[in-house]
Amino acid sequence: MDFLNALVALANFVIVPALAYGSQLALGALGVTLIYGILRFSNFAHGDTMAFGTMATILATWAMQSAGISFGVLPTALLALPIGIAATGLLLLGTDRLVYKFYRVKKAKPVIFVIASLGVMFVMNGIVRFIIGVDDQQFADGERFLITARDFRTMTGLEEGLAIKTTQVITVAVAIIVVAILFWFLNKTRTGKSMRAYSDNEDLALLSGINPERVVMYTWLIVGGLATIAGVLYGLDKSFKPFTYFQLLLPIFAAAIVGGLGSPVGAIAGGFVIAFAEVTITYPLKKLLGYLLPDSLAPDGLVQLLSTDYKFAVSFVILIIVLLFRPTGLFKGKSV
Amino acid sequence: MIEVQDLHRHFGGFRAVDGASLRIEPGSITGLIGPNGAGKTTLFNVIAGVLKPTSGRVTMAGEDITGLSPHVLFHKGLLRTFQIAHEFSSMTCRENLMMVPGGQSGETLWNTWFGRKRIANEERALRAKADEVLEFLTVSHLAEQRAGQISGGQKKLLELGRTMMVDAKIVFLDEVGAGVNRTLLNTIGDAIIRLNQERNYTFVVIEHDMDFIGKISDHVICMAEGKVLAEGSLAEIKANEQVIEAYLGTGLKNKDQLEGAPT
Repeated sequence: MDFLNALVALANFVIVPALAYGSQLALGALGVTLIYGILRFSNFAHGDTMAFGTMATILATWAMQSAGISFGVLPTALLALPIGIAATGLLLLGTDRLVYKFYRVKKAKPVIFVIASLGVMFVMNGIVRFIIGVDDQQFADGERFLITARDFRTMTGLEEGLAIKTTQVITVAVAIIVVAILFWFLNKTRTGKSMRAYSDNEDLALLSGINPERVVMYTWLIVGGLATIAGVLYGLDKSFKPFTYFQLLLPIFAAAIVGGLGSPVGAIAGGFVIAFAEVTITYPLKKLLGYLLPDSLAPDGLVQLLSTDYKFAVSFVILIIVLLFRPTGLFKGKSV
Repeated sequence: MIEVQDLHRHFGGFRAVDGASLRIEPGSITGLIGPNGAGKTTLFNVIAGVLKPTSGRVTMAGEDITGLSPHVLFHKGLLRTFQIAHEFSSMTCRENLMMVPGGQSGETLWNTWFGRKRIANEERALRAKADEVLEFLTVSHLAEQRAGQISGGQKKLLELGRTMMVDAKIVFLDEVGAGVNRTLLNTIGDAIIRLNQERNYTFVVIEHDMDFIGKISDHVICMAEGKVLAEGSLAEIKANEQVIEAYLGTGLKNKDQLEGAPT
């Protein structure tokens, strides 16, 4: 019984939240990795792109709510998602036309793109704060829990409860669908193949008659979609605050680099590695050990390896370890 | 076919191509020779649009094509291969060939979702064509292999195959023979001659192997220090004092190469 209780506690506090968080990071890291693979620079504006997409979706959600449109037990934000994606896609195409294209024509070095993206980041940051403000926004509606801790306890008779939030299930489900579509797109369609070809060998792609501007355009549109979905899922699961999204940049980049920059499979694996590490290390193990160890050995303190305030340090440490020992990442991406 | 007028391409103070002028006749196989650093590959890069010229003009069949980007030139029928073979390493050889004709209907997002049938038909035709090309190059067995894993010589063949996926007018081959064994080199040479005769491709071939040049080409251009030094048949070129001197400057071995070749 104790073992089952320990398992449920672990699932409740570590596995379920980490799965949801990992899916969000994976979607974010996919965007970063696509930009790196195809446009060949680290896009520091990605966190704020996510914030912009989420903001656009929130505004659309509010409009829908006030018009009396709802999605039943599911959050209205899912209905508003296409609008957010469209707005983000337009924003990214606009910044590309306005900023990146100039450097692309000049064949600027990647580091110049990186610095340019830093500038874009500040501008996007400003736009988001200007429009929606810096405060926390809750926009999740619909059913809050799939199973509450109390229901679970009465159902199973265990001491520990397992709460599963609707948003967590939605996050994982949406992530699976999006990733499946993305991989189908990259591997099976002509557009996806030309994107891969362009990423693999730019010169050859050009000399095979692939139009680079078109590849770039599709990349931005896909990245806009991924960023918005990742941002909205994160916002539904937790809450929307522009500054948090800026901070998400670190775990997202860590995920992309751990998996191997430029490798989509790596981005997904990296997302989960970072999420599980972060959640496990900042979770107090007291309860778990209390169930597993004999009473005499039960710990007195919280047995929390690291305070949640330091959770970003986890990504940072993993990032440094990977860069030191395996700079190309788990799935052999391009070396950083 | 192609006319290059007083073409310059400088890298800082270094004049890689320094006032080269030449004409490529339609239907010919022209050999482009010259010591290392003569500017042959840079000339190719400028003509194929990879590099912008510092000054000068390139025309193709009377049309000014100076400084157009590679994918535009591709659609005009001007193709090139690389000195070091390029390939999409994570795709199979067949997929590599199928990538070639850019601007297929599957390349627009709309058709990806709503034009499935048209794409499927196109893909089928492409697939058949790719298999035909592999057959022509006698490497059908490589169709399912990843292009990153085949040998250097086979990659060169694949490069040649890439030019056969579309109706090219003129193809620039940059050292197709380098690092390729004799048997494979003969296959490549035969393929070039057949393409020239059967499909009326014009070829410009950079090559150091004089045997190979002698076998395939009727007209040879020799470059040195960014300029065209001499032009004519291989025998004339070999007898040319200036050419011998240009080669001598880089070492005796090259002179032997010149003399040892059959006429």
